[in-house]
Amino acid sequence: MDELIFFINRVLISGTVLGSIYALGAIGITLIFGILRFAHFAHGDMMTMGAFVAFVLASALAAAGVVLPLPMGFVVLPVAMIITALLALGIDKGFYAPLRARGAKPVTLLIASIGVTLMMQGLLRLIFGSSTKSMYVAGESKDIFRIDMSWAGGTRPISITEPQVIMFVVTALIVVALHLFLTRSRLGKAMRAMADNAALAQVSGINTALVVRVTWVIAGSLACVAGTMLALDVALMPDLAFNIVLPIFAAAIVGGLGHAYGAIVGGFLIAFAETLAVFNWTAVLRPLNAILPEGMALPANLALVPTEYKLTVAFVILVVTLLVRPTGIFKGAST
Amino acid sequence: MSLPASLSASLQSPLRRGLILFAAMFVIVVITGVMQGGASILLILTQATAFALIALGLNIQWGYGGLFNFAIMGFLMVGGASTVFLSYPINPDFWTSDGPLMLGRALLAFLFGLCLVLLARQSHRIGITGKLKTTLVVIAWFAGYILYRSQIDPAAAYIESTAGFVGGLGLHPVLGWAFGGLVSAIIAFYIGKVSLGLRTDYLAIATIGISEILRALIKNMDWLTRGTMTVSPMPWPTPLPQNLQAMGFSISESFIYARLGFLALAVLILVLAFIIVQRAYGGPWGRMMRAIRDNHIAAGSMGKDVTGRQLELFIFGSILMGIGGAMLATFTQIFDPSGYQPINHTFMLWVMVIVGGAGNNWGVVLGAFLIYIVWVISDPLAQLIFVNLSVLTDSLGWGAIPEIDSRALQMRVFVLGVVITIALRYAPRGLLPETVRREG
Amino acid sequence: MALIELKHVVGGYGGAPILNGVNIAIEKSDIGVIVGPNGAGKSTTLKAIFGLLKVTGGTIEFGGENIANSLPDRLVPKGLSFVPQEKNVFTSMSVEENLEMGAFTRTDDFSGTMAWVYEMFPVLKEKRRQPAGELSGGQRQMVAMGRALMSKPSLLMLDEPSAGLSPRYVIEIFETIQRVNQEGVGILMVEQNARQALAFASKGFVLAQGQNRFTGTGQELIDDPEVAKSFLGG
Ligand SMILES: Nc1ncnc2c1ncn2[C@@H]1O[C@H](COP(=O)(O)OP(=O)(O)OP(=O)(O)O)[C@@H](O)[C@H]1O
Ligand SMILES: [Mg+2]
Repeated sequence: MDELIFFINRVLISGTVLGSIYALGAIGITLIFGILRFAHFAHGDMMTMGAFVAFVLASALAAAGVVLPLPMGFVVLPVAMIITALLALGIDKGFYAPLRARGAKPVTLLIASIGVTLMMQGLLRLIFGSSTKSMYVAGESKDIFRIDMSWAGGTRPISITEPQVIMFVVTALIVVALHLFLTRSRLGKAMRAMADNAALAQVSGINTALVVRVTWVIAGSLACVAGTMLALDVALMPDLAFNIVLPIFAAAIVGGLGHAYGAIVGGFLIAFAETLAVFNWTAVLRPLNAILPEGMALPANLALVPTEYKLTVAFVILVVTLLVRPTGIFKGAST
Repeated sequence: MSLPASLSASLQSPLRRGLILFAAMFVIVVITGVMQGGASILLILTQATAFALIALGLNIQWGYGGLFNFAIMGFLMVGGASTVFLSYPINPDFWTSDGPLMLGRALLAFLFGLCLVLLARQSHRIGITGKLKTTLVVIAWFAGYILYRSQIDPAAAYIESTAGFVGGLGLHPVLGWAFGGLVSAIIAFYIGKVSLGLRTDYLAIATIGISEILRALIKNMDWLTRGTMTVSPMPWPTPLPQNLQAMGFSISESFIYARLGFLALAVLILVLAFIIVQRAYGGPWGRMMRAIRDNHIAAGSMGKDVTGRQLELFIFGSILMGIGGAMLATFTQIFDPSGYQPINHTFMLWVMVIVGGAGNNWGVVLGAFLIYIVWVISDPLAQLIFVNLSVLTDSLGWGAIPEIDSRALQMRVFVLGVVITIALRYAPRGLLPETVRREG
Repeated sequence: MALIELKHVVGGYGGAPILNGVNIAIEKSDIGVIVGPNGAGKSTTLKAIFGLLKVTGGTIEFGGENIANSLPDRLVPKGLSFVPQEKNVFTSMSVEENLEMGAFTRTDDFSGTMAWVYEMFPVLKEKRRQPAGELSGGQRQMVAMGRALMSKPSLLMLDEPSAGLSPRYVIEIFETIQRVNQEGVGILMVEQNARQALAFASKGFVLAQGQNRFTGTGQELIDDPEVAKSFLGG
């Protein structure tokens, strides 16, 4: 039983946490790609920026002496999302829109997004320094829920932290809201239409500039959620999300670029693949030692991939996808 | 005629424009030299020369061929690790231990695994096809992987615990640089084989992934590269300051002359590479490359082997990156895998090429020197600004600015971002744009 | 007053002008057909009206104002609609969603218009939940027309609506266009099936090298021996 609990704690919960973050980031990347046709490399830093916005707001609340039962970083999330969305709009207006107006090729926009990455990384460190910060600015403790499993013969509990629970709930809400937006609302459908066929969308009279703005608002606010959640779960630092931008891109591509549901599926797929690949199977398979012949005992560490090479997992999945099915699981944009 | 008008008129001619910009750069170098001192500017110039060589490599790939490469950092690391292996002194502890034997066994396991995979891929010859063959290939991969891991893991642990790492071969550093180019070429061949058919944005992601994997490997294969424990001091191909001091030079002089020697060698290599690259560009080969870049499909339908040519470009460019990376490692005398960052070693090269002028070798060299100097002097400049600001905030009673050093260091990242954004917006073809010669 | 009137329109894609003085006038009751050799600038004319390329000379009057260089999101609410020649449906979206996109600029209730479109193309009602990419070529053409009609245009422009369709479908499409016209929508279309199209056109325009060569009623053009010789294949 304890082996199962260990598996749940280490794989199911961690994988879901990671998957939620990947999915929220990948949705933004995939939407931007679908509408603007370029790979937005600065998305990881947009997540980090969102987390820092939440951090500043939370610090301000804490300094004002507000005490709340929930983590402060979570309470300020709606405001932080709005601010990050505005910042995303500003970045588009300042750096990408002029290039689009000139008719620049997507690859130029990609390089421009590298420029934005550099500016954001530089600025964040300039302002906040390079050190690691805690999102629990008011000194709140990170509550851990322990689900007692003794009724099933387990000696250890299933443990899950408060930010993790919040993250599951928020991710689920966002996915449902996004689904409703894309399938029910006029603007959401216009967004899908533009991703499908931008020229025809324009001909239909769809206000493409508005759709572009909505795209940045969604991408920016989801990036803020993902970044803040990541910072709540781990810690806040300037290179918080730059390091996971590769698996996030892998998630978007594996799911099919331009396809929002694909990004969600891809996010969880990559996350679970990573978690399972570095998982030490000995911990679960240890009971087998009893029936295995003498001298054949399982090694102490039976992980498919050493933890140092965790990053390679996302990449291998990405390469296999590109070679076998370049359009991704859901048929994404192929042009 | 007013001065600005005459200046802008003379900027129209590419040649004069180039001369003026190079002269301007020279002035910047001199000013920096006066402000920072001779030894310091020689350090900057030597590293800038190595970066110019690397930028030429990227120019071959992106400027000539339109091939996106975000794996530059990976090639620099490969170059560095290669020159460590060839030119670092021999480690007798390793050669007298069981290490070589165990590594030999690991190599055998690797080759055996390779044979398994190759055999499985040939299984259709004995009538195994479709799903069954795919399964067989996957199993062969898996078996080969397990087999290799079963040999390399103990070998690595043994070497790390007894000898530290395998050490080098004690050969001349210039041979090490050549070796860095060779290893880069081999790696580039395989990367190119797999990924060059991809769309540009996929290629960007794929290469950045490859770069990260190379970093993870080099950082964690302690038995081969010493990993995060770093290798130093690396021998120089030219006399070291210590050697000169032993010959009676004063300390400050020794640094200047030693760096001057290294710089001369680096410039020689850059000039050689430049001549080759420039000639290739003007020749039939370069013409074909531009045809492929500008009109991918038409060149393909004209019966030209587009992928084959692109692979050539990718390998050629990567060789220069490998050599440049090796030179950098040798010059700093330390190989530290954790010192490599995508910003410093991939994105900065892109800024150099874009700002200089993709497709124009003169422009790229100019861009490399200019950007590297900007990169280096952003830090002290920012320090200066911060220190003064700090005095101001302090006197206003807001307290001094904390962590000035680390913050100022980040200023250069920000400046790099600003530079590339401005370049893309106002001079998308660079300071010295490619002069497209019309054929026929 | 004409519904739309192009006077000496000059325009192109940035290089040398493709249109060198095009004149077209259509009434609300008209079916206007533009014919001409490949590359004559027929599609370009429709795109110029719809603001998809730069008009550098002449005027385009629609509803009493010069609409040259206005963008589609302003033209559609004014009553102009366009069915491009290719890629004219949202393949990943259902038939019904395609129609809704046609009504994007409308703020009123468009269920009546949708019912009207379904009545005109009953097969679309059957397939309204199906992605448009899964339909046949003829059905797609109906989706495309339906989408364009959803904005309740007063002028519908079609670029080669019969391209790639079997002869039976061609007739069906022409009949549908006639019905739309009878319901009070002016038509301006480009056609390769020149003889067939001119036969039911009330106005015909022969374009060559970006200029009008002949203008007249459909029948006049068919009867003109010179037009028949040079443009209708004898
Ligand atoms: N997007 C574009 N950019 C530049 N030139 C274009 C573009 N589209 C068309 N042209 C040029 O404009 C000219 C007229 O093209 P247009 O598509 O209007 O011809 P058409 O009369 O519709 O011919 P067809 O019967 O083949 O459809 C052609 O010479 C074509 O090469
Ligand atoms: Mg046409």
